Amino acid sequence: MKDVTFRQHTLSSGLQIVAECNPNAYSTGMAYFVKTGSRDETPDISGVSHFLEHMVFKGTPTRTAEQVNQQLDQIGSQSNAFTSEEQTVYYCAVLPEYQLEALELLSDILRPLLRQGDFDTEKHVILEEIAKYDDQPPFGAHEKALAYHFQDHPLGKSVLGTRETVSALTREQMLEYFNRRYSAGNIVLAMAGNIDFEAVVAQVESQTSHWENYNTHRDTPRANPSSGFYSIEKPSAHQQYIIQISNGPAAEDKNRYASRLLGLIFGDENNSRLFWDLIDTGKAEYAVVEPSEYQGTGIFLSYICCQPENTSEILDLYQKLARDIQEHGVTQEELELAKSKVCSHIVLRAERAASRMFSIGNNWVQRGEYTSIQQSIERFQNVTVSDIAEVLEKYPLTQCTSVAIGPTRIEHK
Amino acid sequence: MQTMPWLESAAISVLVPAGSQRDPSELPGLASFTAEMVQRGCGDLNSRQFVDQLDRLGAARSASVTNSHTRFSAAVPSSRLEETLAIYRDLLRSPHLPEAQLEDSRMVAMQELLAMEDDLAQKLLRELRLRLYPDPYGRGTTGSPESVQAISHHDVATHVKDYYVPENSIISIAGKIEFEAVTSIIENLFGDWEGALQSDIYQTPPRDGHHHIQHESSQTQIGIVYPSVPYSHPDYFLARSAIGILSDGMSSRLFTEVREKRGLCYTVYAMCHTIKEEGCVLAYAGTTTDRAQETLDVMLAEIRRLGDGVFEDELKRLKARMKTGLIMQQESSSSRSISMASDWHLLGYIRTLEELSDILDKVNTESINQYLSDHPPQQFKVVTLGQRALDTSDVNGGGEV
Repeated sequence: MKDVTFRQHTLSSGLQIVAECNPNAYSTGMAYFVKTGSRDETPDISGVSHFLEHMVFKGTPTRTAEQVNQQLDQIGSQSNAFTSEEQTVYYCAVLPEYQLEALELLSDILRPLLRQGDFDTEKHVILEEIAKYDDQPPFGAHEKALAYHFQDHPLGKSVLGTRETVSALTREQMLEYFNRRYSAGNIVLAMAGNIDFEAVVAQVESQTSHWENYNTHRDTPRANPSSGFYSIEKPSAHQQYIIQISNGPAAEDKNRYASRLLGLIFGDENNSRLFWDLIDTGKAEYAVVEPSEYQGTGIFLSYICCQPENTSEILDLYQKLARDIQEHGVTQEELELAKSKVCSHIVLRAERAASRMFSIGNNWVQRGEYTSIQQSIERFQNVTVSDIAEVLEKYPLTQCTSVAIGPTRIEHK
Repeated sequence: MQTMPWLESAAISVLVPAGSQRDPSELPGLASFTAEMVQRGCGDLNSRQFVDQLDRLGAARSASVTNSHTRFSAAVPSSRLEETLAIYRDLLRSPHLPEAQLEDSRMVAMQELLAMEDDLAQKLLRELRLRLYPDPYGRGTTGSPESVQAISHHDVATHVKDYYVPENSIISIAGKIEFEAVTSIIENLFGDWEGALQSDIYQTPPRDGHHHIQHESSQTQIGIVYPSVPYSHPDYFLARSAIGILSDGMSSRLFTEVREKRGLCYTVYAMCHTIKEEGCVLAYAGTTTDRAQETLDVMLAEIRRLGDGVFEDELKRLKARMKTGLIMQQESSSSRSISMASDWHLLGYIRTLEELSDILDKVNTESINQYLSDHPPQQFKVVTLGQRALDTSDVNGGGEV
């Protein structure tokens, strides 16, 4: 990892550029992180962030949708986009010689024209995407669980929206949302790999100097989560899918390194307390727990799939394991194993420029900080058993909102 | 083996010829069941120590059963390669197969079967595959509830003895390694490994005709297959390029015509599917019930239109994408080790990235169009899953396959 340098620059428009430059890399990863998502939507425009993400690829005053697609392919890019509760990310991985051309294209499409005809056609694609997730485990239970857990908090909103809200959306509402959220100051360009940083800055400066910068305030209250058990019937399902959400550290909390390790010790997919009791024994198809961090608040999300008739037993077993870790904490040995796993995986993942780019961008957007691979590893290594105990005390795994979806309704106390 | 000195990692793929094609006909799913059992302790390690040790080494690992092989893969920081290989040596050569854990493994296999019932795309692909290739090559890996119930400890032990053998096994390693050092490690760990494959394969023809699976889902899943050439065939890259123009990238024909212009679906693709002996093209889309017929018709029209040939600009875009893919493979020891193992199985040798790049350079529209005119897409079989069956009477110009 020698020769790797971090560069950062803020353009006159307020747009920020962050880059981890590695002259030895085979490729260049880049993404525009727009700090907007479902938490910034009002109920009447639910799903607009994600719909807009699709529309961004539909052309600009100087490019048609077809031209955008053709050019993305012409430069051999691997590109796509995704929308979450608080980010909309447009990314592209290319060979280094195409980096400026790729950037020119990405920067251009970020000021989309939103043609009415494209809007109407793409609405069908979004409705198909909603239908696809309707048919796919856990059949929308993930979003229902977030809604029950967060209640009135902005993070309780669905990213995709519903058939009704998306059908009712108009181009004007989308344009109004775009004008409210896609401010230059609300956007970060993150890059990693083989990068000509000076050329990047010069080009993006000249291409985006007309982007306006205005206030895009977002409320980030701490959640006041509820708990409870909800059962949903999905007659065509064969298995039972259980989503459980408990309170967790926020993106800016120092506890988050400890909480990641706690997540692995309790619910890693192939070596954890849940694994040995639920998966190795064949009681469940899978059982994983992962922390998710947002601005101002966070969650632990557990995801279990089991046979419907065993649902109550599995829920009880989960509670027993959660109580046990709550009361007795974790062992030094468990902690060391989790550390060696996580640190090795950080190094392995970083070999791909594109995956490194996502870490850099996400870290900057969530915390305004850069962490080198070495620093990340050190922070994980410094976590102690008592740090984990502190996380458990602040964020008990036992208090959760549970949603079960499967062929029959489940009675559970 | 390939050295990639610019990386920090080393990745291994270990393949044994215990694919589902070798499952006894009365016990489908035995290879998967066996793969589960061999990971429950080996050599000096019990089940838990085995997993702990791999975590201690920082291994990012996976195990999977395909039609031809059972594959174990792991990527580790390169300094831990030797220890990692030693664990996999034990897994192949001295698994404990603890009888006390047989029922747990059975439950795991049952869970997998049940979960697949909820994965509609997988369900469709399983049915399609039976129409792609003759049995046993069209077989899935999970078996049936009856066969999983019937598997005994003796069956598992026999399967290990017969198919966890050096004949047709492949060990592929890529990353920050030194050729000679690794060769001597492998010689040391596997040099005295003995055993030969214990069965011949008897083929029966693939299933005929179209098929509909009734399911109360929001979307109808559509699968189309037709014959093509296998990876080892001299025309493979011509066939692959044609399908690339049909489906790779956002400017490809299927994405443009089915999704972008008509908004018919979120997911649509086609791919070349290949086993050692045969190859075919497989196309897929998921779309709501009322739009399914139109989606099937547009997909078939686009597939047939390939027979009229492809254009220069389309090929140019495809080549740019493929070249990027080749170069980016150098960023990942895992993907390189997996494709080397696959080459060895399908070709009996490994195509280097330079060789692949040369082959790609030589592909041109004349050769693709000649191939397409000699072998126009035909003999389609259509499988659908959803609320309503589709009209497939015109799929093959009125005649059944």
